[in-house]
Amino acid sequence: MSAKAITITSGKGGVGKTTATANLAVALASLNQKVVCIDGDIGLRNLDVVMGLENRIVYDLVDVIEGRCRLRQAMIRDKRMPELHLIPAAQTRDKSSVSPSDMVKLVDELREENDWILLDSPAGIERGFRNAIAPADEVIVITNPEVSAVRDADRIIGLIEAEEKGPARLIINRLNPTMIKHGDMLSADDVLELLAIELLGIIPEDEAVMVSTNRGTPVALEEKNPAAKAFHNIARRLMGETVPMLEFEGHSDFLGRLSHLFKS
Amino acid sequence: MKSSPVDQKPSAIMETGEHSMNQELKSSLQIKGIREGLLISLGDGSFQDARSQLLAHIDGQATFFRGARLALDTGGMQVNAADLGNLRDQLSERGVSLWAVLSREHLTETTARMLGMETRLADIKSEKPEPALNTPPSENGNAILVHKTLRSGTHLEHDGHVTVIGDVNPGAEVSATGSVVVWGRLLGSVHAGSRGDEKAIICALEMSPTYIHIAGLITQPRPHKGKLLPELARIVDDTIIVEVWQS
Repeated sequence: MSAKAITITSGKGGVGKTTATANLAVALASLNQKVVCIDGDIGLRNLDVVMGLENRIVYDLVDVIEGRCRLRQAMIRDKRMPELHLIPAAQTRDKSSVSPSDMVKLVDELREENDWILLDSPAGIERGFRNAIAPADEVIVITNPEVSAVRDADRIIGLIEAEEKGPARLIINRLNPTMIKHGDMLSADDVLELLAIELLGIIPEDEAVMVSTNRGTPVALEEKNPAAKAFHNIARRLMGETVPMLEFEGHSDFLGRLSHLFKS
Repeated sequence: MKSSPVDQKPSAIMETGEHSMNQELKSSLQIKGIREGLLISLGDGSFQDARSQLLAHIDGQATFFRGARLALDTGGMQVNAADLGNLRDQLSERGVSLWAVLSREHLTETTARMLGMETRLADIKSEKPEPALNTPPSENGNAILVHKTLRSGTHLEHDGHVTVIGDVNPGAEVSATGSVVVWGRLLGSVHAGSRGDEKAIICALEMSPTYIHIAGLITQPRPHKGKLLPELARIVDDTIIVEVWQS
């Protein structure tokens, strides 16, 4: 078994990297995959909070890299999903405690016994970003349908190409079909036209995601919710299945386009 | 630093991998003046040797080098970030600014880019080891074709004409001493005739730039109404005009 390492990144902060990482991990684990998540945001960790595993942290990523514990000891098992583990980031250190080659080594060590390694990248294009993409076999770029987030995604995609980690695939997060209908939000088509990379999925805007994030129970644990369904679909697409885009994932409808046309 | 091969520092830092085989020290620095300042080729020895040669050379002619803008051709050397950053610091202590690193090694290029340096003299890969730097830019002598979309954060600078097959996204910049043709959507910014050539033009299949700049003039074309058509921007009577392109 040799795991595939996927880094989730965005450039801009607050678009949903951590939430997406947690939910994709849960969705992949629910397909009986062995998954390890790594929080790459050293100094500002929160993947553990989103996954509800905060109070179980004993050792962290930097402890492993600096040899204070074995890799196994820093892996927190998610009790809801036996095949899901988290390696938390250190909170009291910063990005410079880890180098890209440390990350490559760490991930290589995990490949043997897992199917997927998901790395949650910090925002930005500096050291933390480079640490997070160094071990990646594939990079997922996540963006919101907002001009500033898309601009940063474009920059990040260029950097990923320069690092020869491309082509990246795209997740559009927090799409609001009603707003698009009124021409108040970029549609998936608008985003794709600019970024010109493969679309992996679209997550609808959904209060349930925020609630579950605050509770530490990723929304993907309950399959009924539309956002959860979107995450499960992305997981299946990552597994190589062809899954049609959900209804809301559909591209902007005729009226939306029309109003958009009149606005511009 | 002595030239014996054992002097090489272990290359464990960053992801640079192995150094090439140790080689005897040759005095292989080549220095020449280029449009952008000085270009120094380090030859084929080890980076450590080349660095000490370079610094010694600069120290020997401190007044000549003070204030110089330096591009470094590292050939096939693999240079890690720590070494390159270090060299840049040492150069800057001597009043020399290292702004570009040219390399055949992808990792070295990546490293240079991470440190915010250019990796192309005109931001364009020179397939030939010696680009035709001495030929004067003529009407059509020095044009390049860039076959990719320029994403946000890309800066392309060229002495001559530039054709981009792909989009120029918002946040990307193209600057050319000649004309610029974008076979795609121009959403970023372009400066044509960057050294004052008022005959330079800018064309794009979709002209929706952040701004365009021809010679000393600058404008922001009005947003489009209706069908998108290829457009051409040029200077007429000290104003940039943008017109639909008619064959």
